[in-house]
Amino acid sequence: MDFQLADEHRMLQEMIRDFVEKEVKPRAAEVDREHKFPREAIEKMGPLGLLGLNIPEEWGGAGSDTLATAILYEELGRGCGSTALTVEAHLSLGSAAINLFGSDMLKEKFLTRLATGEILGALSLTEPGAGSDLKGGVRTKAEKVGNEWIINGSKMWTTNASVAGVIVFLVRTDPAGGSRSLSMIAVPTDTPGLIIHPAERKMGLHGCKTHAVTLEDVRVPLEYLVGEEGRGLHQALAVLDGGRVGIGALSVGLAQAAFEEAVKYAKEREAFGGPIANLQAIQFKLADMSTMIEVARWAIYRAAWLKDQGLPYSQAAAQAKLFATEMADKVCFEAIQIHGGYGYSAEFPVERIYRDNRLMLIGEGTSEINRLVIARHVLRN
Amino acid sequence: MRYLVCIKQTPDTAELPKISPEEAASGKLSVNLVVNPWDEHAIEAGLQLMENYGGTTGAVTVGEEGAIDALRSALAMGCKDATLVKHDDEIDAWGVAELLAAAVRHDGDVDVVLTGQMTVDGNSGAVPVALARKLGWPVLTGVAKVVELTDDSITVERVVGQARLTVKAPTPVVVSVIKEIGEPRYPTFINIRKAARVKIPELTAEELGVDVPAPVVHMSNFRKPPARDAHVKLFEGTPQEAAAALIDALLEEKVL
Repeated sequence: MDFQLADEHRMLQEMIRDFVEKEVKPRAAEVDREHKFPREAIEKMGPLGLLGLNIPEEWGGAGSDTLATAILYEELGRGCGSTALTVEAHLSLGSAAINLFGSDMLKEKFLTRLATGEILGALSLTEPGAGSDLKGGVRTKAEKVGNEWIINGSKMWTTNASVAGVIVFLVRTDPAGGSRSLSMIAVPTDTPGLIIHPAERKMGLHGCKTHAVTLEDVRVPLEYLVGEEGRGLHQALAVLDGGRVGIGALSVGLAQAAFEEAVKYAKEREAFGGPIANLQAIQFKLADMSTMIEVARWAIYRAAWLKDQGLPYSQAAAQAKLFATEMADKVCFEAIQIHGGYGYSAEFPVERIYRDNRLMLIGEGTSEINRLVIARHVLRN
Repeated sequence: MRYLVCIKQTPDTAELPKISPEEAASGKLSVNLVVNPWDEHAIEAGLQLMENYGGTTGAVTVGEEGAIDALRSALAMGCKDATLVKHDDEIDAWGVAELLAAAVRHDGDVDVVLTGQMTVDGNSGAVPVALARKLGWPVLTGVAKVVELTDDSITVERVVGQARLTVKAPTPVVVSVIKEIGEPRYPTFINIRKAARVKIPELTAEELGVDVPAPVVHMSNFRKPPARDAHVKLFEGTPQEAAAALIDALLEEKVL
């Protein structure tokens, strides 16, 4: 066993940390307050290779691995949740769908541009009546007419829709139903009939743009089918397995940020004749917070490592995501407790981090769905 | 064209205050070590020369085995090659210049040697000048911009106080740069990967055929300024009363 990052990952971590300190963290409060898409920072990440970090080199990416993306999301999350989720949805959802299942033609057309950050990616699964139950709930349908798909329907919660160049949709291609009735289709965002609604008003992650999308007679070539016809649900679940590592890593970063703020505040704030960090009530909180963060970080790294080794990782990813996101919720809660009244004020970052993390227990598989996934593995064995 | 950037591994500036005089005297630091921030600007200058005038930019450092990390950072930023001149014993600026001069000669036909203006730990600013002396080359210090590089000369802008001087010198030349030369770029992932995997060649004084002069400058004392006695005073009362009390206090402290 080796618990040290290899040089490549360590240097990547240093580079991203430096980038985040200078380009991302100083703007996080403004991004949240003004609901501002962090365009400038995202655009700078393209030339550094970060927006195609785990996309193979033959398609213009950096050809790194899942562990590298976990480090990327963790460090971005430490600076700004909105920026981190934008990159995660681009790389681990939109780009991943095409990378894992797309034809060479689709990779040439879209993945090469996604890898450099020339365009951003998005994945659209959820619908007004289909969240965790995609199999029974997806109503958006695609019909073959001549050499085109004609797509009609409505989608919800599509992160990056308004800033993406291509969206991969999960659609029903067989009205008969069942697990083989869904497929994935890539749709460039300038396709007529694709209507992207105004950004949702959310509790947090204000700079990360999430939209409802309507498809009205959207026509794309048959070759824009991503992967196999009828395998869309399986493909979506496979993409989400990878996404879970990403969301968990992001939560580790958010928790780390809240923890660092809490330590700083506890050392500065004086009460009862000294800094509150001298009080055991505060020390116990800090001890628990740092312990939970450390455990979650290694759970994420392990899930990433399993994936990179080509070993089964679905259970490990679900466990790591479940633990990391719920851990971050607790860490942020305690960070606010340590700040007292100031923790509830928008003048201090912990309230933003708390709000930003809340989505992580819902997106890309709720805590409840992750418990189901884990239970299935546990009972099967 | 060939450009060689001389860099040093130094403590992270944020960690400098944590270093005790005893630790500094022992030479064994337990703090986070990075590329001397001034030298990052020299690396940037070397990369700009490579982009604008062609050729290759290499990095060189004098230090212990651990200084390899600083060279890897230079490679990650975009330098094409790196060399460690291994030296574990006590050394001063004159000794460093001796080793660097030998490394420059060993490198071959170097046109421009680049350095930062000083290091954040030694603070002497002597190495670029000593290096030029050893090489017998001209030295340009305080360089903010390279105006033109030709086969046999370099024209630069030097900052002198508030003024800017444009000067020309024959190459080969030693150039020490200041911050205005350009913000150091972030490493790209592709370069990080290459830097992490490459085997960095090491040279010793013996291999370079030089005798490192014994230090002529020794540190005999290292005092840190006493911690400042800062305190906060809050003035109570109406705004008028508080303002009057504040003015009195400022007058008393001779601030006004």
